[in-house]
Amino acid sequence: MITEKLYKLANKIRQRDLQAVFEAGAGHIGGEMSVTDILTALYFKIMHVDPDNPNAPQRDRLILSKGHTALALYIVLAEKGFLPAEEISTFLQHRSRLNGHPNRVKVPGVETNTGPLGHGLPIGVGMAKAAQLNGENWRTFVITGDGEMQEGSNWEAIMAAAHFKLDNLTLIIDHNRLQQGARLAETNNLAPLAPKLEAFGWAVEEINGHDMDQICAALSPETITLRKPKCIVAHTNKGQGISFMSDNVAWHHKVPNEEQYKQAMKELQGVTV
Amino acid sequence: MSNPFDGAQLHDCRDAFTSVLEELATENNDIVAVCNDSVGSSKLASFRDKFSDRLINVGIAEQNMVGVGAGLANGGKIPFVCAASPFLTGRALEQIKADVAYSETNVKLVGISSGLAYGELGPTHHSIEDFAWIRALPNVPVVAPADRVETAAAIRWATEYQGGCFLRLSRVGVPDVLPEKHVFELGKADLLRAGDDLTIIANGVLTHRALIAAELLSNSGILARVLNMASVRPIDEAAVISAAEETGAILTCEEHTTFGGLGSAVAEVVVDKAPVPMTRLGVPGIFAHTASATALLDDFGMSPEAIADSACALLKRKG
Repeated sequence: MITEKLYKLANKIRQRDLQAVFEAGAGHIGGEMSVTDILTALYFKIMHVDPDNPNAPQRDRLILSKGHTALALYIVLAEKGFLPAEEISTFLQHRSRLNGHPNRVKVPGVETNTGPLGHGLPIGVGMAKAAQLNGENWRTFVITGDGEMQEGSNWEAIMAAAHFKLDNLTLIIDHNRLQQGARLAETNNLAPLAPKLEAFGWAVEEINGHDMDQICAALSPETITLRKPKCIVAHTNKGQGISFMSDNVAWHHKVPNEEQYKQAMKELQGVTV
Repeated sequence: MSNPFDGAQLHDCRDAFTSVLEELATENNDIVAVCNDSVGSSKLASFRDKFSDRLINVGIAEQNMVGVGAGLANGGKIPFVCAASPFLTGRALEQIKADVAYSETNVKLVGISSGLAYGELGPTHHSIEDFAWIRALPNVPVVAPADRVETAAAIRWATEYQGGCFLRLSRVGVPDVLPEKHVFELGKADLLRAGDDLTIIANGVLTHRALIAAELLSNSGILARVLNMASVRPIDEAAVISAAEETGAILTCEEHTTFGGLGSAVAEVVVDKAPVPMTRLGVPGIFAHTASATALLDDFGMSPEAIADSACALLKRKG
């Protein structure tokens, strides 16, 4: 898919996300806006997945380790054909399979049940190791939040991935500089992330996580460094695309009121690509 | 009296685990072992020598170890994730919950040196909470084999079983109690000794002690039924109900705290379905003092003689 179409699709996904959060009265809108461009590029440009055969052994795998932004993943999966688009309106409803964190047993296209932070990368290491053992070419992608990198389990996995030389594994850190309660810098400042990953033996690339050309280039197989796992530090904005939410810690899981909803939707609809 | 195990050879169940795993791995390329630097204590050196690329040692990092197991399962592998049980089940409990139980992944968790096996090393290394922790989770059967025969049978079963499970093994030597051709069946107790006066239910390293206790009781004319209950979850409800209805009293013995383990699992069935007097032997909700594994079992009232004494006391409570 060409860049212009990816931008349009990402904008459509943001609008659907905003509407679903507003209607459900809950969600994690800030982090969903920051990760949407990355998810869009992965599913519509990079990954080989088939909604008609979601468990195909040779499929690429994506783990949304920041599972609280599940809604963005659900919408992307629906756009891709894994779910009926109309099902998004059941988000968080009684007995909906679309709860606040993704469930692989219930939702096709979801690879593992995330929610508690720091779980995705170890699982990604296991997936990449399985492909390596089998001599298969499928790739594993893991998206974490930047605050999530405070979980020690991630660093256990970072050590292992480098040791196992998993060049089929890509970690994308959604570096929006904000965690639930405050800025990363004010909480437990991990930045700069890139030199830390490099010191652990990873190939690291820093990009603008809202620039589709940069995202797609960084994710392309041509940029893999042989025998090294890859980390993309994606500089993003929490609440990207909505002026009063962008880079504002208040919007981790705040729900817009009607006036805010209308303004946010107007801003997203006004975007020209 | 005669001790039915007088002169019997004692076996470390880890040897049965690794020899069967190697046999199965020879036939099935998808079998891999994952460990946390525990190649020695999990007795995986021979597996590593035979299948070097299929021994995935993540180093001392148990959370990552269980996550890696879940990822390997997603990629079609059958991972046996091996570590000392206190660290596997304690450190990585949330990974077991989210990545194995809730995600329904085909991960075989093998808790080595469980219970009080580490004896003198102290409570940090005792794993006497693992039945309770793992039994509280859906989708992960909890199995504690009694001897090398049942260990081998349980490993064969786990390989075929589609889904996660927790196999709780010991390093403490035990005699053979099950027949050589024993086939493990999940959720099925083994009747090891018939009797109608009361029932002793045990598993793991306690099963053979329960059998010796039953022999002691028979010298006093008390006929104790002995059930080996390797499968703590799912538990054999029918066997527990029959024991309650036919013998009228149940004594449980476990290498575990009395809070939430085998005795609790049996009591849940008894209370709901067939109330009878019960006594639950185990570690009474404390951190253990310094002693060897076998001395600790004795100190906590689980020598064969003490088990028999508890049985006599329980009989007095029968209506």
